Amino acid sequence: MTTLTEWLRDPSPSSRAQARLGQLWLGWLRFRRNPMAMLGATIVVLLLLMAAFAPWVAPYDPITQNLAERLKPPMTGGHLMGTDEFGRDIFSRIVWGSRVTLYIVVLVAVTAPVFGMLIGTVAGYAGGWVDQVLMRITDIFLAFPKLILALALVAVLGPGIENAVLAIALTSWPPYARVARAETLTVRNSDYIAAVQLQGAGPVRIILGHVMPMCLSSVIIRVTLDMAGVILTAAGLGFLGLGAQPPMAEWGMMISSGRKFLFEQWWVATMPGLAIFIVSLGFNLLGDGLRDVLDPRSAGK
Amino acid sequence: MTRMTAPDISSPRPPSQIARRFKRVASVVLALFATFLGLLLVTFIIGRVVPIDPVLAVIGERASQAQYEAAREALGLDKPMWQQFGIYVWNALQGDLGQSLLTRRPVAEDIARVFPATLELATIATIFGILAGIPAGVLAATRPGSWIDQLVRLIGLMGYSMPVFWLGLMGLLLFYGMLGWVGGPGRLDAVHEMMFELEVRRVTGMILIDTALAGQWEMFRNAVSHIILPAGVLGYYSMAYISRMTRSFMMNELSQEYITTARVKGMPEWRVVWVHALKNVMVPLITVIALSYANLLEGSVLTETVFAWPGLGLYITNALFSADMPAVLGGTVVVGLVFVGLNMFSDVLYRLVDPRAK
Amino acid sequence: MTFEPTFRTAGLALAAALMLGASPTVLAAATPADTLVLADGIDDIVSLDPAEAFEFSGIDLLNNTYDSLIELDPLKPGELIPGLAESWDVSEDGMTFTFKMKSGITFASGNPVRAEDAAWSLQRVVKLDKTPAFILTQFGFTPDNVDDLIKADGDMLTITIDKKFAPSMFYNCMTAVVASIIDKETAMANEVNGDFGYEWLKTNTAGTGAYVLRSYKPQDSYILEARPGYWRGDAKLKRVFMRHVPEGSAQRLLLEKGDIDVARGLTPTDVQGLAGSPDVSVDADMEGYIYYLAANQKVEPLNNPKVLEAIRYLVDYEGMVNTVLKDKMIVQQGFLPRGYLGEVTDTPYALDVEKAKALLAEAGFPNGIEVTMSVRNDPLRMEMAQAIQNTLGQGGIKVTLKPGAGAEVLGDYRARNHELTLQSWGPDYPDPHTNASTFAWNPNNSDDAKLTGVLAWRTAWDAGEMTAMVDAAVVERDSEKRRVMYEDIQKLHRDTSAFVTMFQEIGLTARRNNVANLHTGGTTDQVTYWYVTK
Repeated sequence: MTTLTEWLRDPSPSSRAQARLGQLWLGWLRFRRNPMAMLGATIVVLLLLMAAFAPWVAPYDPITQNLAERLKPPMTGGHLMGTDEFGRDIFSRIVWGSRVTLYIVVLVAVTAPVFGMLIGTVAGYAGGWVDQVLMRITDIFLAFPKLILALALVAVLGPGIENAVLAIALTSWPPYARVARAETLTVRNSDYIAAVQLQGAGPVRIILGHVMPMCLSSVIIRVTLDMAGVILTAAGLGFLGLGAQPPMAEWGMMISSGRKFLFEQWWVATMPGLAIFIVSLGFNLLGDGLRDVLDPRSAGK
Repeated sequence: MTRMTAPDISSPRPPSQIARRFKRVASVVLALFATFLGLLLVTFIIGRVVPIDPVLAVIGERASQAQYEAAREALGLDKPMWQQFGIYVWNALQGDLGQSLLTRRPVAEDIARVFPATLELATIATIFGILAGIPAGVLAATRPGSWIDQLVRLIGLMGYSMPVFWLGLMGLLLFYGMLGWVGGPGRLDAVHEMMFELEVRRVTGMILIDTALAGQWEMFRNAVSHIILPAGVLGYYSMAYISRMTRSFMMNELSQEYITTARVKGMPEWRVVWVHALKNVMVPLITVIALSYANLLEGSVLTETVFAWPGLGLYITNALFSADMPAVLGGTVVVGLVFVGLNMFSDVLYRLVDPRAK
Repeated sequence: MTFEPTFRTAGLALAAALMLGASPTVLAAATPADTLVLADGIDDIVSLDPAEAFEFSGIDLLNNTYDSLIELDPLKPGELIPGLAESWDVSEDGMTFTFKMKSGITFASGNPVRAEDAAWSLQRVVKLDKTPAFILTQFGFTPDNVDDLIKADGDMLTITIDKKFAPSMFYNCMTAVVASIIDKETAMANEVNGDFGYEWLKTNTAGTGAYVLRSYKPQDSYILEARPGYWRGDAKLKRVFMRHVPEGSAQRLLLEKGDIDVARGLTPTDVQGLAGSPDVSVDADMEGYIYYLAANQKVEPLNNPKVLEAIRYLVDYEGMVNTVLKDKMIVQQGFLPRGYLGEVTDTPYALDVEKAKALLAEAGFPNGIEVTMSVRNDPLRMEMAQAIQNTLGQGGIKVTLKPGAGAEVLGDYRARNHELTLQSWGPDYPDPHTNASTFAWNPNNSDDAKLTGVLAWRTAWDAGEMTAMVDAAVVERDSEKRRVMYEDIQKLHRDTSAFVTMFQEIGLTARRNNVANLHTGGTTDQVTYWYVTK
């Protein structure tokens, strides 16, 4: 172990891999010193575990109704967080709901940033009218209130979890395009790009091989930070009845069903909201910490 | 614009200052117009692809097929697509966003009626966001790493992590349902609302201003008790954003040489921070506030639903659920335009301030 | 709560900003003594023209601003009393009705009410041909012949119909809001492009009722003001203020705090929550709404009678009315609401999972089937749909819910694109024919017939012999025979149709204890404000 850390810390690494791993190690050390980031990471890891082991963590089936047990307060009859209007255990539904949340998060995370980055780097690198047109399109999409556009898109596609993901992805790429464009603008006149250009590289290769990697770290940070936003938007769609559909346990939808009972059976709306809050906070803390580690330039921005 | 090609040396004389300025204005106007057209196109497409039949929203459950056809023709839905789009754009340019299927009134008129409520809410929320956010951000920037910094950061991150509709519901539960400190959903108590309708002249459409102008102080107090909670909820998000950005701008500013110089010269620390540094971050901060204001317009959609606040957000959501597409799209276009306007404003400001972006 | 400190800052900062100084305590405002303040969801109003209004809230408003020739007694539901007509008669052959107008009654404008106004009002309904026009046109009126068939002469109004209907059927239809009498002079003074004043009447009233519309803000509120000299005697309260509050829980709080006098959109949960409140009473009143499932007969295997029967045994009728629908609905398995002529009150179907499984196996689906069920996405219906989804699942019918906006679900249904759908139906006029002619009558089941107003056609169900039975019942002049005929149709319908009728809605009206004499009209769903005192 000691030799490994020493190898990682070696101030004069003997290989590229050693240098990179050393950087990662230093990053991890910095990250570990940040208690809030560690808290965020812990929350995210717990979420992953909860989703993976849902059948074992949840004491009840999340879907089967038991009308005799409806609207029981927390801590009664073996229901940690009480039951909802169909007598379903809220804790179990939250546990199973973590899968839905992760599903949405993962799908959005692998689609929107890639598309946004493509648009942004091309616009930034090409400049001129290409930049104008692409950024104008980006602006048009940015000009829409995100949630309303997502609502309208779901109205077109029909409610459902896949369509909610699609709507969120379609509305969340523009910021990535902007970030990527900004990064591209700062590097495109730099010497090393000029050097690559002189070597005769085409624009496709330059963008894919030399511009995009430069944007990657800021985009990754942005993705982590955006995850909370994605969770919130998905919950908002669910709240309005346009996201996941019953009987699936989705947190936003659970809040909306608890709204009717807010003043009497407060737990029905409160518990899933807490779940959303904690998980989003986890992603935010993690993203914040990652930014400090990976991108010291913009620390605290 | 033509960075990749060599400068055009064949041009006989350089464009004059006036011509350049004119060109810049023209390009901004053109960009705005293009965005507007794009907005219209996207909304139009969405409106036509939606599987909700607007005709049914007009005629209801019992209508016969003949009544259906008549209503369809009256809505102009029997014309070809491109023609419908042409009519849509032409009308929108003249300020006519079509007729709402739900209220049977011109959408533009409806929006003029509901928009002041949203504006009032967003403005109060922004005022709160500024009042709480800027001091918090400055404090955090002056003591980076301290517990204050951590606290400001945590409060900000919490704002980014809570669903606005949930926070609104919890606020209602606690401050209205349990404690009774604030007014409930809506802009006024029912009785005041009726008296407002009957006795107060509608000048701005913003209740706080109109009641104050009319000298109806009891109504004014009632309106305040109603706006505090939704504005507080929205303002929290605004504060989270503003404090974060203030901190980062201030950190940047405080590391500048002129600050060191000022300190070395013996200027009191509070003056260095609150006067010199803050003055210099004001311009970028204004762009941030403009953006946060625009974001509040969006945040108002869910907030207004929770608080039954009769503004643009509620109007759009209601319309959406009744398949009232002209209203949804009209509302979206208006919010979009405001959004674009504020974005461009902040963009231009930013360009003027940050030479790196040129 | 973790965010409390921030909130305190929020409150303080705002208070300071608004120069309030004092803490933002709510001022308890009692409602004024001369005003009735109500809360309900009123966003269903599309038009206030009697020829077009066909939604709950609009009908309520118009019932208090207009009168018709014959009216339903608000004090004794189901009984007819004279409205603007003093007396009426029917000819020997049952085809010509004459009404003698009361004299000395004026519209809110001061214009006298004439037979001419009555004739014009009914003619314009037929000529405008808006959605509720069928209530009149089913008697054979068309825009071309209506001027000859509905005629005014002095103070007499003569109406000739094309078939020998049961007279009670005709009279019942004349009580509907669509047959309201409008002030012709006022309406025509506001006419544009020959629209009979339609544009203007969408947002204004010109009737004889106890109240006049003072202000109407769509999806927000309306104010009615009492008019002096109402022919039944002036309304007791000077004003009625209706505020749009869609959520039951919000209405409940407003009511408890004394901010409103009456709440009309409470859910069962809210009513249970009100149980301990000393200042509030809740009146439960049967409403006319019937909730049912419709199975599209163009979809396999829903067109299998065994499968339909299995579905009938897979709804937990009793379980639902005791829990999610407690105090809000009763089990009703005939298509007529209770209180109507010919009502059928026995409920032979109950949840029986084993029997349903056996039926499915008999039908050739021992492993169950999968269907989608479309439903409007309002909270009550979503809750019902989930409960039904659950019990159908127990029996092996896997249901995927397809929620949508009202118009969307309706569009699917009208286009015969649904599989299973959860729907409701309210009677259009207080006669059994209103439901019989839509649930059990379908003269042409082909797609081209486009009988989109007929539920049986929508769900592609050929009503078979029932169509003729319905046609016979509506012209039967003997009430007792007519009653038996409707009973027979319903029993047959209950066991063999493509519908599963399940529940009838109960209207819950919660009021402050000082409010008295608010009549909600029961199954006819027409509220009267003019007797209300407080």
